[in-house]
Amino acid sequence: MTQSQSPTRPRLLTGLTVLAVIMFVLALGMALFYAPTDQQGHVQRIFYPHLGAFIGGALAYLIAAIASVLYLIKRDVKWDTLALSAVEIGLVLTGFNLLSGMIWARPIWNTWWTWDPRLTSAAVMWLAYAAYLMLRNGLEDPDRRGRFAAVYGIVAFSSVLFTTFITRVRPDTIHPVVVGPSPQNAQGGFNVERGAMTLTLVFNILTFLVISVTLIWYRVRLENLSRRVQALKFKVLSR
Amino acid sequence: MSETARTNTAATSAAPPKLKTGFWRAVLALTVKDLRAEVRGRELINAMLLFSVMAVLIFSFALELDREARETSIAGIFWVTVIFAGMLGLNRSLAAEKDRGNLDALLLAPVERSVLLFGKMLSNLIFMLIVSVLLMLLITVLFNISLFVPWLAVVILLGTLGFATVGTLLSSMAVHTRARETMLPILLLPVSLPIILSAVRASTAILTGTPQEDWIAWPQMLLVADIVLLAMSYILFDFVVEE
Repeated sequence: MTQSQSPTRPRLLTGLTVLAVIMFVLALGMALFYAPTDQQGHVQRIFYPHLGAFIGGALAYLIAAIASVLYLIKRDVKWDTLALSAVEIGLVLTGFNLLSGMIWARPIWNTWWTWDPRLTSAAVMWLAYAAYLMLRNGLEDPDRRGRFAAVYGIVAFSSVLFTTFITRVRPDTIHPVVVGPSPQNAQGGFNVERGAMTLTLVFNILTFLVISVTLIWYRVRLENLSRRVQALKFKVLSR
Repeated sequence: MSETARTNTAATSAAPPKLKTGFWRAVLALTVKDLRAEVRGRELINAMLLFSVMAVLIFSFALELDREARETSIAGIFWVTVIFAGMLGLNRSLAAEKDRGNLDALLLAPVERSVLLFGKMLSNLIFMLIVSVLLMLLITVLFNISLFVPWLAVVILLGTLGFATVGTLLSSMAVHTRARETMLPILLLPVSLPIILSAVRASTAILTGTPQEDWIAWPQMLLVADIVLLAMSYILFDFVVEE
């Protein structure tokens, strides 16, 4: 069984944890004190973790999709665990992405929410992965649960691609694009200037990538431990 | 008659069975079987048609559509109704096979597994198209907006095709879950957003008489989504039914 590895924490994970905490403090500090606010005032500071969380979440969903493919090929339960863990962490990060976007939109767009293609597709992407967890809950046989979840994990990834590219395909979205040409109707857009802004942005993205990987790793360990507990319980009960 | 029976047994007993029945012939056989069962029993299509008539009536009460509101929202009403009616059909089409024990027989048949996907998809598509035609008639009469526009037919065909494809894939998973009738919409609606969105936007633009270069991107996007979903369903379906 793969999950009966030694429960001690690998040194790499300890290192990653320390790194994630330090980077998070620094990234937050950069967004709060270092980044310039001459374009939109203080509310603009939320943009750095907003984009960072989306990219961290997208990485988690990508990991989930890859793990799903690998599960279908190899049928090793560790890929199933990885896919489940990545989806859960992705839900947390993209959830933060949605919430922080709403907080930014309130002063800039004068509304918490608007039925813009980008916003709608991001919300629906979140719902697709919530459905992934629902699907897992609805299946009891572990083999079938793994297979079906992997299939849905691959199908759901199309919503990530859709969300990522829709601002580039559709000119009628009002969501700004800061990297590359912005849509003509974008409102509340701003330029990411060279120097402090770019530096803060890149550092925030890197931070959320590290956080994403670290959290997924912890979630995988948690899942392995809970499987182990389950196995031990069965052992005790079947005596 | 006995000739075909003998070739069939020969095909099944050969060590690596060389599939005698061609892929599309098997697909057609399955679709015809579904349609024939439907013509004789009429348990599905009647429910779908009644549901869509009622949905249109309820929409017209709920939204209090005046002349202008009709033009902009009729495409949305049309698509929501088609999609929910389609979901009724999708829910039953595999559940009926499973409840009557026919699913195992279909899986045992010496044909490729994806025949099941395409056969079911085709019959669901035909049901959805029947509903669409009835709705087009109904809306044309009741709301005095002609839906018989050539481009709209293309959009309807593309939209229902994509929806039926991914719907068949997901309903073959949903039948095995605990709360299967409730699971399908939860699984299906988020991943069919690209189809619904582009179909509604294209239909609205066509019906309001927008110039073609403004909306032609939507049917193109629909076509891309269809191709992606067809390929994805074809590859993934084998993993869903392997037992």
